[in-house]
Amino acid sequence: MTLTELMETLPYGPAPEAAQPALDWLKAHQGKFGLFIGGKWRDPASQEWFATLNPANAQKLAEVAQASAVDVDEAVKAARKAFIGWSQTPGHVRARYLYAMARQVQKHARLFAVLETLDNGKPIRETRDIDIPLVARHFYYHAGWAQLMESELAGYAPLGVVGQIIPWNFPLLMLSWKIAPALAMGNTVVLKPAEFTPLTALLFAEICQSIGLPPGVVNILTGDGKTGAALVEHPGVDKIAFTGSTEVGRLIRKATAGSGKKLSLELGGKSPFLVFEDADLDSAVEGVVDAIWFNQGQVCCAGSRLLVQEGIAERMYTKLRARMEKLRVGNPLDKAVDIGAIVAPVQLQKIQQLVQKGVEEGARLWQPSWAVPSEGCFYPPTLFTEVAPASTIAQEEIFGPVLAALTFRTPEEAVRLANNTRYGLAASIWSEDINLALDIATQIKAGTIWINSTNLFDAASGFGGYRESGFGREGGKEGLWEYVKKAESPHPKAQSRKTRAPSRAAKETPSLQPATFSFQPPIDRTAKLFIGGRQARPDSGYSKAVYAPDGQLLGEVGLGNRKDIRNAVEAARAAFEAWRKASAHNRAQILYFLAENLSERAEEFGHRIHAQTGQDGHAEVEAALEALFTAAAWADKYEGVVHPTPIRNVTLAIPEPIGVMGILCPDDQPLLALARLAGTALALGNTLVVVPSPLAPLVATDFYQVLETSDIPAGTFNIVTGERDELAKTLAEHDDVDAVWYAGPQAGHALVERASAGNMKRTWMLLPSGPLPNTDEILRQATQVKNIWVPYGA
Amino acid sequence: MATATIPQAHMLERNPGTPFDPGALEGALVNRSAVERRTATLPTRRTVKKEWQAAWLLHAIKTIDLTTLSGDDTPGTVRRLCAKARQPVRAELLHDLGLPHLRLTTGAVCVYHEMVPTAVAALEGSGIPVAAVSTGFPAGLNPHRLKLQEIEASVAAGASEIDIVISRRHVLTGNWKALYQEVRDFREACGPAHMKSILAVGELGTLKNVFKASMVCMQAGSDFIKTSTGKEAVNATLQNSLVMVRAIRAYYEQTGHKVGFKPAGGIRSAKQALDWLILMKEELGLEWMQPHLFRIGASALLNDIERQLEHFAYGRYASMQYQPLG
Repeated sequence: MTLTELMETLPYGPAPEAAQPALDWLKAHQGKFGLFIGGKWRDPASQEWFATLNPANAQKLAEVAQASAVDVDEAVKAARKAFIGWSQTPGHVRARYLYAMARQVQKHARLFAVLETLDNGKPIRETRDIDIPLVARHFYYHAGWAQLMESELAGYAPLGVVGQIIPWNFPLLMLSWKIAPALAMGNTVVLKPAEFTPLTALLFAEICQSIGLPPGVVNILTGDGKTGAALVEHPGVDKIAFTGSTEVGRLIRKATAGSGKKLSLELGGKSPFLVFEDADLDSAVEGVVDAIWFNQGQVCCAGSRLLVQEGIAERMYTKLRARMEKLRVGNPLDKAVDIGAIVAPVQLQKIQQLVQKGVEEGARLWQPSWAVPSEGCFYPPTLFTEVAPASTIAQEEIFGPVLAALTFRTPEEAVRLANNTRYGLAASIWSEDINLALDIATQIKAGTIWINSTNLFDAASGFGGYRESGFGREGGKEGLWEYVKKAESPHPKAQSRKTRAPSRAAKETPSLQPATFSFQPPIDRTAKLFIGGRQARPDSGYSKAVYAPDGQLLGEVGLGNRKDIRNAVEAARAAFEAWRKASAHNRAQILYFLAENLSERAEEFGHRIHAQTGQDGHAEVEAALEALFTAAAWADKYEGVVHPTPIRNVTLAIPEPIGVMGILCPDDQPLLALARLAGTALALGNTLVVVPSPLAPLVATDFYQVLETSDIPAGTFNIVTGERDELAKTLAEHDDVDAVWYAGPQAGHALVERASAGNMKRTWMLLPSGPLPNTDEILRQATQVKNIWVPYGA
Repeated sequence: MATATIPQAHMLERNPGTPFDPGALEGALVNRSAVERRTATLPTRRTVKKEWQAAWLLHAIKTIDLTTLSGDDTPGTVRRLCAKARQPVRAELLHDLGLPHLRLTTGAVCVYHEMVPTAVAALEGSGIPVAAVSTGFPAGLNPHRLKLQEIEASVAAGASEIDIVISRRHVLTGNWKALYQEVRDFREACGPAHMKSILAVGELGTLKNVFKASMVCMQAGSDFIKTSTGKEAVNATLQNSLVMVRAIRAYYEQTGHKVGFKPAGGIRSAKQALDWLILMKEELGLEWMQPHLFRIGASALLNDIERQLEHFAYGRYASMQYQPLG
């Protein structure tokens, strides 16, 4: 076209970023890369390589090594060796390395950006303006935590060797989210980048070399799912951090069950994007663009479900369609392209199939009038309206540029629809009414809430899911806990942790002399279960004998079964919302009252404990009273923080209760376990199904009488006695239980962790006896952090 | 009355305005942070390079209201400006761009009332309209009666575009009815001359006020709404422009009438001009990039555009001293 013609129509025209520097870098490596193990490049044991392609044109970029179990073993060994030195390296020195990584990423920012776009297909605008700056920010931020660890995480130590598996949608960014906190806390790393997008991780490995990072601190293994599986299963790995699909996350949960490996999972999502009638609609439309057409919609927290208030729905759709016409799909290296290439043909097919399904299920499809490039992996922005909540496209993660729109009438219905999902990663809320927006923000079950904004990320703010979107946080101080353990108490994985159940046969001299009590033949008592605020007989109709350590029969407790657990969980679920919303002061008052009423019966409990455990019952009652006071004290003091993220906003990090929890108590300290574990969980707003100590359950069945007199709302605290592992399995499998704390033998750990994979509930494994965890750990385990971003501006 | 020829740049159909409709203001929901995010990414999501950029820059010249609004303006400086408006790019450069026959002028010349006769005379036969700032520009605190007389005098002197300023106090006190009536009166006084309403957005306090003032000015029959006088502490920004442009779209959707947009004040570089053209293309489309619906109020901008065109034509960076002054 001539200049005159161009002046008539004023089109954008091509504006390509040069690919050559990145291609030159590939060429300098002869287009072939080995594995980065122990600070050196080496060929894979298998001598196998596979190609990585540019999805925009299907051309081969390079060949990367296929790491096998042998290579994984080598890398873990190298990381283990390096851990000895790295974990002893002063925080300031680690900070210098992380600072150097940040600086190196910045210095080579454009090379990283271009390479990422070539390998992944996402637009250069995103890699240049979003991914790579966030990577640098992540290393800077965690350099700070390395510096501060000694003072701010006093008493905590690194875990050891961390296996990290990252996805293809934000290759380098996810690498930084994994490596930065791990290294900052003194761990060493074996990282496997995604099969489709290994290149920037390899360039990053070169940075590790160039800054003189000690060999073995970071190891990079390219490979496919088999490589990842070998890493997950390697016994020398202390923790697995995974970002990817819920499907694979579930496999990892099962594979690591009972191994003692710490686990954090950042999984899928079907995040709601709520638009209320008092929203700035034009801005909300731009929000949708950033929500679902960012990175081709291949974002775990993509706002893929548009929930619009019915009265404004048509206006919103009209504006949205007009905006979609203006989107530009094409060459990802073009600086004026909004939507690049889908990562691979297999992903494109998945998107096409799900869209087809949406059409078949009766939703109305709309796509812009223009066509996408015929060559390469491209898919147009797509809007589905008239979507039913029950339809596949409203439920399943599509991981593509496809938006499913539903309508709601009231705020209450908006929350119900928003939470009508197995996931809970993020949500975006649009309203100019701060009362409404914050009200909704507290009710949506998701780890990150953006008010009048979407897809904002920062290293200072924790990111991670509720429900099947996984557990653990990345970023913020909350993210550091995933990479440390208590320094004084060895990690459950560590050796010399033998289960030491008190011997029932042991004849111990009672420390409480019968003389201090007048023993008369007791009236036969029937200990029941305590469900929904009422004493309930076990469904089975069976009872189980309880013996003293010397073998004397002390009484019976009901043998609870699946149905009792079902009833207890139902009661706990029904009680949850009210208990969660009760003021912290109110919860504290109830716990103090509970302590008050327990102290009234201290002698009796002391005796009861002693009779069942042979231990000093008085001391345990005193400890329990103190634990209840501690729990009550924390109820209104376990606070969130405001993260200083670098935009004009407040990012509120709020610890929220996890929900319905199953707590399977340890063998010993039957009352203290109730007070410390259950009391703390209760204080923070969880509702509970407690399975008491199998050896001393009568303490708990006495305890419900105290509960009954202490204004504990019905259903918040349920007690089911019975076979611990049988009940544990039912609880761990139950889809409406959000967390299970299990104190028991190693075999039980495996059982519970494996069964928890169904709804990806949080699990916490404790030993069957010995010291109970410290309160700070219990507080963290009893909550999950929700980050609410609230931008402001007159 | 020297108002006979309405230059070609104007559309035949003007915005007649509507009765005062406070209901249209209730929907004024503007989220500043979201607006800032949109405007921060507009220039990073879109760009034009090479001949596309050259075409856009040549086009931008057509939308410039080449302006001088200084206390020390004289007939001499105004005539110089008008000469530049007639020949905004030197002939040699146009030739080297392969456009020796391109008829290129700025969108208008914009002056104070006293300079209107000089400008009209200097532009005679060029088809370039003369715009007069009016109604007690820039503060707008003259008596209303005198403001109307000032408009009439400028129209009589040959101005075919009148850039009025609104009374900011009506906005700041929420007296929308008074604002409507004021602008209505101005519009009547303009007669056939096109009216651009200057909101002085830098003095309106909030973006919501910018949106509401835009709406009221359009209801009162403005042909254009304009950001600023260039004399406020904050003048045209992409943020306040986005809000005004969205108001224009909302008004068009409600009434079917097209109102133009004129950012003014602080737009000095070719890159900025492109940013505003991108804003118009993205939010309103090609028609709203044309001079009958889009003007940039500027004085120094033209020289920078020339430099960029020179760079395109010759492949080397240019110096200001090669660009003829206005």
